[in-house]
Amino acid sequence: MARWTPERRRKLRVKAGFSIYYVIFLLFIYGPMFAMFILSFQGRRGGTSFPMRGYSLYWWNKLLEPSTVGDMQGAMGRSIILALMVMVITALFSTMLAMAFRKSFWFSNVLFYTILTGLMVPGVLLSLGMAILLRQLGLSPAWYSSGLAVHVIWALPFGYLVMMAVFNRFDARLEEAARDMGADEWTVFKEITLPLIIPGVVAAGLFGFTLSYDEFARTTLLAGAENTLPLDINASMTQRIRPTLFALGTASTLFSLLMISVFLGIYTILYRRSR
Amino acid sequence: MSKVSELHHTGLIGRQPEPDEASIRAKISHMEEGFATVWLITPAAIWLILFLVIPLVSIVIFSFWENTAQGLKPAFSLEFYGEYFYTKGFFDPEADRFLLPSVFIRTLGATIYFTLVTMALCLAVGYPIAYFLAMQVQAFKWQLALFLLCMVPFWTSYLIRAVAWLPMLGRRGLINQALLGMGIVDKPVSFLFYSEFGYTLALVQIYVVLGIGPMFFSLAKIDKAILEAATDMGATPFQIFREIIGPMSLPGVAIGMIFIFVMIMGEFATAVVVYGGKTSTAGTVILNYYGIANYPFAAVNALMLMLAMVIGIIVILRVVDIRKEL
Repeated sequence: MARWTPERRRKLRVKAGFSIYYVIFLLFIYGPMFAMFILSFQGRRGGTSFPMRGYSLYWWNKLLEPSTVGDMQGAMGRSIILALMVMVITALFSTMLAMAFRKSFWFSNVLFYTILTGLMVPGVLLSLGMAILLRQLGLSPAWYSSGLAVHVIWALPFGYLVMMAVFNRFDARLEEAARDMGADEWTVFKEITLPLIIPGVVAAGLFGFTLSYDEFARTTLLAGAENTLPLDINASMTQRIRPTLFALGTASTLFSLLMISVFLGIYTILYRRSR
Repeated sequence: MSKVSELHHTGLIGRQPEPDEASIRAKISHMEEGFATVWLITPAAIWLILFLVIPLVSIVIFSFWENTAQGLKPAFSLEFYGEYFYTKGFFDPEADRFLLPSVFIRTLGATIYFTLVTMALCLAVGYPIAYFLAMQVQAFKWQLALFLLCMVPFWTSYLIRAVAWLPMLGRRGLINQALLGMGIVDKPVSFLFYSEFGYTLALVQIYVVLGIGPMFFSLAKIDKAILEAATDMGATPFQIFREIIGPMSLPGVAIGMIFIFVMIMGEFATAVVVYGGKTSTAGTVILNYYGIANYPFAAVNALMLMLAMVIGIIVILRVVDIRKEL
């Protein structure tokens, strides 16, 4: 048993202080969302602030029934489809890019900074450039074309950085061994490389999915006639804010959390297997 | 070199010295290993050129075009740049606008100011969290779990996180109720929401997690043995921080600050939601001019925002070379 030296006491006090700060911090970043969750069950006559006037599913039901403003379900469906497309492309591109960057090639620096530019450029700028360009070309934007295009630009740097980190710790000797035993490139990739990097690919996909699903700025001018979910949420915010919005926010957040846990679950399983 | 001089020159370039056998073999085997680079990068490179490089370049081009009733006309016009910078009476000592920058420059300035304030707050709030996770939490499992707990909001919608402040900060929100209940104020205060205060608070809450990630990673990389050695040699906690932890976590701080900087400079949605459209950011100005179909002017505004951001990033990058940190 360790002695209660003054030094140890001091350290424990510091640690306790930091722990308390951490809890306060969690309250700060989650608190407002919890308030929103609770208020989404506001009674029929209740408003957007406490106190609760009874509890009901009234606002949740309003969410489900077809409304006059926008169509939530349609928007959510489009957002999910878009997010899935972005997920696949991001995972694919970031894996390919990170594999290419294992060797040096002559404009690797340019490519590196171009990829990161996607992270640095504010969504409103990219949105604007694309929108004016499309207009000049006489093309009309749509969530599945121009929206998809810029969502990938946004998610790619995240997936790419994840995959770069994966390959940084990758043992290339395993591939060498397979090659020495006469495996061709596809076999090496399929049997050796992919099983080892698949957790990273899943993580890159997670970035693709969630970043696209929640993206607002890059879609503002590029979604075309039909809204994605964040655009729909934004539209309903410009009207009078009602608890329906809180129900929608809660639903959307729960969906995000569900997706994160699904991805983390898959990641954990694959990670264990790849060891 | 001796080999080169032995060669008999033919043609314009001349016959090149032949590399020795070993290097040929090394090169061939190197080339053969893995998939061909060309095929790996081509799809993504095309995507990046079409949907990132060309739109950005076209903003520059469109900023010089003329806006006519028939639409945009190719030209080299500085009209919209003039509109951006020029204020009537700027150089006239008699005018009340003497040396007052144009409203667009002031908006950009206000955006930069807000961004810097928010960055400073994010650093102050987030660094201790990153430090706690990296230095105070011992077990790796807990480190990861507590870190992920901080990162989860990053993967949820920031629009919703912005609107979630309403029940807290609104006129009838929790904080006002608490203030009323404690008798600190006798009628609800309105400076909480739709105000600078609410806006800054919401921005910090939304973006602080972006800074914590990189800061945590660079803090976690610090070898604990160094810290122990310093303690054994009699360094005070403050000295350890100033001499070791501070400098070694600087790259993470810089990267985190770049993330937050670029996010908030282009921010416009939170401003509308939490600030109630009472203010303009550089982003809302761009969208407004797009909305009234003044595309060249929107492009000029976008360019100026981009310029300010590039300068900001370069300043931060002077502190750290990002590529070395990966």
